[in-house]
Amino acid sequence: MSTQSTKSVFWKGVRDAAPFFLVVAPFSLLFGVVATEAGLSVFETLSFSIAVIAGAAQFTALQLMVDDLPTVIVLISALAVNLRMAMYSASLTPYLGQAPLWQRAVAAYFIVDQSYSLSALQFEENPAWTIKQRMAYFWGTVAPICPFWYAFTLLGALIGETIPDRLALDFALPICFLALIMPMLRSPAHVAAALVSVTAALAFSWMPYNLGLLTAGILGMMTGAEIERRLKPEEEAR
Amino acid sequence: METSTIWTVIILLGLGSFAMRFLFLGIVGDKELPDWLLRHLRYTAVAIIPGLVAPLVVWPGATGGELDPPRLTAALATLVVGWLTKNVIAAIAGGATTLYTMLFFFG
Repeated sequence: MSTQSTKSVFWKGVRDAAPFFLVVAPFSLLFGVVATEAGLSVFETLSFSIAVIAGAAQFTALQLMVDDLPTVIVLISALAVNLRMAMYSASLTPYLGQAPLWQRAVAAYFIVDQSYSLSALQFEENPAWTIKQRMAYFWGTVAPICPFWYAFTLLGALIGETIPDRLALDFALPICFLALIMPMLRSPAHVAAALVSVTAALAFSWMPYNLGLLTAGILGMMTGAEIERRLKPEEEAR
Repeated sequence: METSTIWTVIILLGLGSFAMRFLFLGIVGDKELPDWLLRHLRYTAVAIIPGLVAPLVVWPGATGGELDPPRLTAALATLVVGWLTKNVIAAIAGGATTLYTMLFFFG
């Protein structure tokens, strides 16, 4: 509501995002641990989290670097995982597009899964919010998430060097990815995309330069998009 | 890993990720995107991540690519807990517990 003060909107954002701390802290901690295990220095690990600030893409890049794949393949694969950020950006533009350019640039850097999904929901539910209130809410959702992304990466990197091999950390990363997958399967189209991706990745694993994964990704996307199109004929008619 | 490789990835991935976040909010602005494009973008993460993880589960590097019962069981446990709870942390905890229990008895 437009009667809410900007300050109270900010704190609403903080409260809404606070529970996600429980996801972000262990996830970034694990990134710190796994990255230093893979041979990155503490400084490199922290820089990684500050520069990229996207867990799934960071883990993807790290795994492919460990596999010793060419840098261009590492970049294409990790950026493909981050393509959804372009979708988030597009989806926030109608709400934040009137803000000054510098604010949009800073906000763009802080678009992450949590800040996007909370903001998109609230902007839709509160159409009367001014641009200031929308920005305030967005910053509120960023505050309990992003600083801790850096802090826990650093903590993980610092303790990572002391963790012995028998803890089987080679498998920490697959477990993290698998844990991420289930909440993503929101519709039959998502499930089908994931199944096609798994099947194609295994079937095409003989391809060089990780092209099997990129093929699997493209096939998965096409599957998801096509099934969505068939299940929602009313949107097609628009 | 070479230091120069690590920094190349960090810098270019950082710039690329920012470019994607800034693309519409900063440059393209308030234009309608074609439906087909949005439809494909929605499935990028779910199309890449399962494909990335599947070979790691079936052919784990730590065992030289041999199918490994503790790791396979842990992977299944992670999926089941994730499916039942829809909670990422619960799924990770379930998978890790299974992995260590299996490694303790079979590893």
